[in-house]
Amino acid sequence: MILVADAAVVFGRGTPLETWALHQVDLTIPEGQFVTVIGSNGAGKSTLLNILSGDAPLARGRVEMDGLDVTRWPTTRRAGLVARVFQDPMAGTCEGLSIEENLALAAARGTRRGLGPAIGRHRRADFADRLSQLGLGLENRLADRMGLLSGGQRQAVSLLMATLAGMKILLLDEHVAALDPKTAEFVLALTNRIVADYRLTALMVTHSMRHALDCGDRTVMLHQGRIVFDVAGQERHGLDVPDLLAMFTRVRGEQLDDDSLLLA
Amino acid sequence: MSQVAFLGAVEVGLVYALVAIGVFLSFRVLSFPDLTVDGSFPLGAAVAATLIVAGWNPYLATAAATASGAAAGLVTAFLNIRLRILHLLASILTMIALFSVNLRIMGRPNIALLQEDTVLTPFLGGTMSQYEVKPLFLAVIVVVAALLVAGFLASQLGLAMRATGANARMARAQGIDPGRQIFLGMAIANGLVGLAGALFAQTNGFADVTSGVGTIIIGLAAVILGETLMRGRSTLVMVGACVVGSILYRIAVQAALEIDALGLKASDMNLVTAVLVTVALVLPGLGSPVTALLRRGGR
Repeated sequence: MILVADAAVVFGRGTPLETWALHQVDLTIPEGQFVTVIGSNGAGKSTLLNILSGDAPLARGRVEMDGLDVTRWPTTRRAGLVARVFQDPMAGTCEGLSIEENLALAAARGTRRGLGPAIGRHRRADFADRLSQLGLGLENRLADRMGLLSGGQRQAVSLLMATLAGMKILLLDEHVAALDPKTAEFVLALTNRIVADYRLTALMVTHSMRHALDCGDRTVMLHQGRIVFDVAGQERHGLDVPDLLAMFTRVRGEQLDDDSLLLA
Repeated sequence: MSQVAFLGAVEVGLVYALVAIGVFLSFRVLSFPDLTVDGSFPLGAAVAATLIVAGWNPYLATAAATASGAAAGLVTAFLNIRLRILHLLASILTMIALFSVNLRIMGRPNIALLQEDTVLTPFLGGTMSQYEVKPLFLAVIVVVAALLVAGFLASQLGLAMRATGANARMARAQGIDPGRQIFLGMAIANGLVGLAGALFAQTNGFADVTSGVGTIIIGLAAVILGETLMRGRSTLVMVGACVVGSILYRIAVQAALEIDALGLKASDMNLVTAVLVTVALVLPGLGSPVTALLRRGGR
């Protein structure tokens, strides 16, 4: 179970540019739940993700994972608990290393790295087997440089990398935003399959209300650093994008003026 | 080129092959432009020469020189990681400080080792001349070092180090602490350079406080030449390229010095090297992967 309690994040504290990216966020994610997070630019979506990964320090509040208080843990220490797929396909993988080397890096996530060979024959066979499940033919390209793959292929491999080691939560940071629509659909379908197959607890940040409703089993909307609504179950099942917009307007009592949210 | 001159070039090339592997580790694997080597090379020479003159076993003295080089690398890593000084400046600070340290260690600007036992002594006096023994002895050390480094880079820890240099954010997300990798990598890189300095002093019969000037450029030239000639995905090819590049570079320099029409003197070496590195960086299509780090608009 993931618990975020009374979390606040501030950037540039004490300067004229002081910005509260999160005000007072409380969020409990039970094991196995797939939460989608929406909100306009600057709403705090990425910051919420960053406090879970350890990239953004909390000004107040705490973060727990399975009862473990990880509030003060840096990113590297949380690696055994958190897997992450970045928005930028270049960010989540090493383009200079081969596909199998990238997989080997991820397979050792959260463990002590020693002087044993990074890739053995047994390992290579396992990687090929898992890659073949992506249906992209990458199992025959294990030794190819990651940089040779397309953005969609790299995101697919990033997703696979996330599953190679144990974790408490999978963080998806607008991971299809940089892809063309067709590739985005493929990666999204793959995401749903992987989350279901491995029964992962996941948090997906997205700009698209459509994706937010189609994926997962709970949707949270952030606005100006606060959670403005949180729907799950039956209530969420009947929702469509216009309903979501209406809910937003009602909750905030103001008009939504950000086009990006409408471009679903 | 006479046989003695050729073997002499190979010998120096082998010594600098260790520098090239060190430079490869810092510049290429860690993406850390490290100029410490200009100080850690003479540091290795100074430590080895001083200890040998003081009566130490030459092998122990060489080990101590390697450790001192590693310590210099750790100082640069400390300045960069803990004190948050720009990597290039951190390495220059260590390099400058080492000039004074080396003079303190030796107590004078140079030490002669001609009458002393060196790591080569057990192998001399046989049927082979010293011109053959030296390159052979160095070749064994370089091959062992290259195999160890290549094996390390293919290990889990070595892979983590390569990820650190290539994409530090991704490395952190995979639980790799980039700071620790830089400490380790800088220690190994400068340890190799310290070893090279110690061997240089013993094969040439002296240690000189100025012998480090331009070491970094010679190492870079070897790495660029090697990467241009040998491209491969395996770590053994990558490290082997440094060794091949270093030896070929020295042979080419020796050949150039022997062409009277060019009118080059041995003291022109640094100028020639600087010009060659510049050409290698600018020429399109010649660019080896390391050049990306060394040009404006690169990483």
